[in-house]
Amino acid sequence: MTQQNNDLDKIKQLIDIMKQNDLVEIEIKHDDDKIFLKRSQPQITQNHPAAVPMMLPNVPAAPPGTYAAQTAAPQKTPEELQKNAVLLEIKSPMVGTFYAASSPDSDPCVEIDSTITPQTVVCIIEAMKVLNEIKAEVSGKIAEILVTNGQAVEYGQVLFKVKPD
Amino acid sequence: MFSRILIANRGEIALRIIQACHELGIEAVAVYSEADKDAPYLQFADEAVCIGPANPAESYLNIPRIISTAEITDVGAIHPGYGFLAENINFAQICQDCGITFIGPPVEAMRLLGDKIQARKLAHKAEVLVVPGSEGALEGESEALKLANKIGYPVIIKASAGGGGRGMRVAHNDISFRQSFNAARSEAEVAFGDSTVYLEKFIVEPRHVEVQVMADKAGNALHFYERDCTIQRRHQKMIEESPCPVLNERTREKLCDAALRIIKQAKYVNAATVEFLLDKDKKFYFIEVNTRIQVEHPVTEMVTGYDLIKMQLKIAAGENINLSQRDIKHTGVAIECRINAEDPENNFAPSPGKITRYIPPGGPGIRVDTHVYQGWTVSPNYDSMIAKLIVHQPSREEAIATMKRALREFVIEPTKTTIPACLDILSHNLFVKSKIDTSFVERNL
Repeated sequence: MTQQNNDLDKIKQLIDIMKQNDLVEIEIKHDDDKIFLKRSQPQITQNHPAAVPMMLPNVPAAPPGTYAAQTAAPQKTPEELQKNAVLLEIKSPMVGTFYAASSPDSDPCVEIDSTITPQTVVCIIEAMKVLNEIKAEVSGKIAEILVTNGQAVEYGQVLFKVKPD
Repeated sequence: MFSRILIANRGEIALRIIQACHELGIEAVAVYSEADKDAPYLQFADEAVCIGPANPAESYLNIPRIISTAEITDVGAIHPGYGFLAENINFAQICQDCGITFIGPPVEAMRLLGDKIQARKLAHKAEVLVVPGSEGALEGESEALKLANKIGYPVIIKASAGGGGRGMRVAHNDISFRQSFNAARSEAEVAFGDSTVYLEKFIVEPRHVEVQVMADKAGNALHFYERDCTIQRRHQKMIEESPCPVLNERTREKLCDAALRIIKQAKYVNAATVEFLLDKDKKFYFIEVNTRIQVEHPVTEMVTGYDLIKMQLKIAAGENINLSQRDIKHTGVAIECRINAEDPENNFAPSPGKITRYIPPGGPGIRVDTHVYQGWTVSPNYDSMIAKLIVHQPSREEAIATMKRALREFVIEPTKTTIPACLDILSHNLFVKSKIDTSFVERNL
């Protein structure tokens, strides 16, 4: 991420230099890196930065956003991949409305990183005016909460993902 | 008119109801079990909600889940289709209590007609001939045996809470009576949660003829003529047709009028089918009323030209049927073959599994009602019907020819289906001459 930020800063600096000095083209080579910037002829209107195309040899032309995405795709470590594969799911056993807390004034039953046991009440699902306490039935820590308070849920819908002990 | 309704059913009827809804500008909410998650009509529905695992008790028969779905999707009404909860009085009552319109009859009419014993009494009042039988429920085996001898064998033992041909047994003598009596009671207990049975004279060589009726909240009741459903196997209908080939106009009029009298007597609203047995002398006897839309409703739609499902929705929304009996005519002949995933070579054993090749027939006069497509897996959890093939032509001869042609074109592989059995029936000399009774399939197939 740091390398990418440096690159962007450099490009921004170059653009400023070009504007301030009314330059049309600039090319910089450093070892194997090369950067080439070309700017359309100065015009009366002010919005120039958008008109500056950025061309980087050996890399497909792309606006800054995607360039950042291309060089900085977050890599999952083998450990992280392993962990994602064994997250347990707590699914809704009924159709109804999900509530995170047992009453409007209470704190949510669970939050991210809450430790749970099979008997822990993780949420309430209201069906036909009856508030049903939903038990975890697994042990571990809440890793993800996939539904929001007041959301309608169907049978089998995943409500929580749990990192097992 | 409702802006949104829920369909508490599955398969071809769920699709049928979604179609009617969309043509009337009503949004449709579909429910599905995990076994039906790939059903194509779920994509046509405006919302689809999973309500449970494959087992019907935990999905399509699960009242709390269905009502809960109705609440979270904010529907104004529920259409129960046929089977499942369609004739469940408890469900209809709960809908009423929750302020959701049940698309069907009022609870009281359902209660009255759902009890087959009460229905017979009502038919008496409406001056409609009923099959000779027990006045009420049978107390015990010995009382039943005495009555059987009084009526005269053969007799049929039927479940009071029954329907769909289940919980019925025929007995020809005292020995088989005892067995049949107890078997019928057990089956009734399992199928309907009520072991109450009654007795009727078993009409020999009967035809099964039923009348389609519709009634609105203002008290208008109309009939849409009759259907002949004599081709049955183990009380399950296989082929239905309209009109009944052996009725003259006078008998037809008397039959349909009798059906209307019963419906009016019960203060019925919405769709119903009044079932009769026709004996060799064309005398008809009332058996029961089905307080729901039926599988074979397309047969009537084809000969009369009216969309019965749309009519159901309109009636439930409080609209009156804007027709007089004179407006309703029947033209031509319609025949329906139920295509089941069953193996006729193997005693009609269910044949579930994936359908890898599916090519339905087409061309003039053909209608196919189905939810099935190439790649669909027929689940063992539900009834085996996978499609309804309906044909409408100006004459019965042409209708039979078209049906045979369509059945031969219909490709469903590798699933074993009842298509060959239907072809055999349609080619049979007795069917062509319509010299049939309800024992035809058992005797000739």
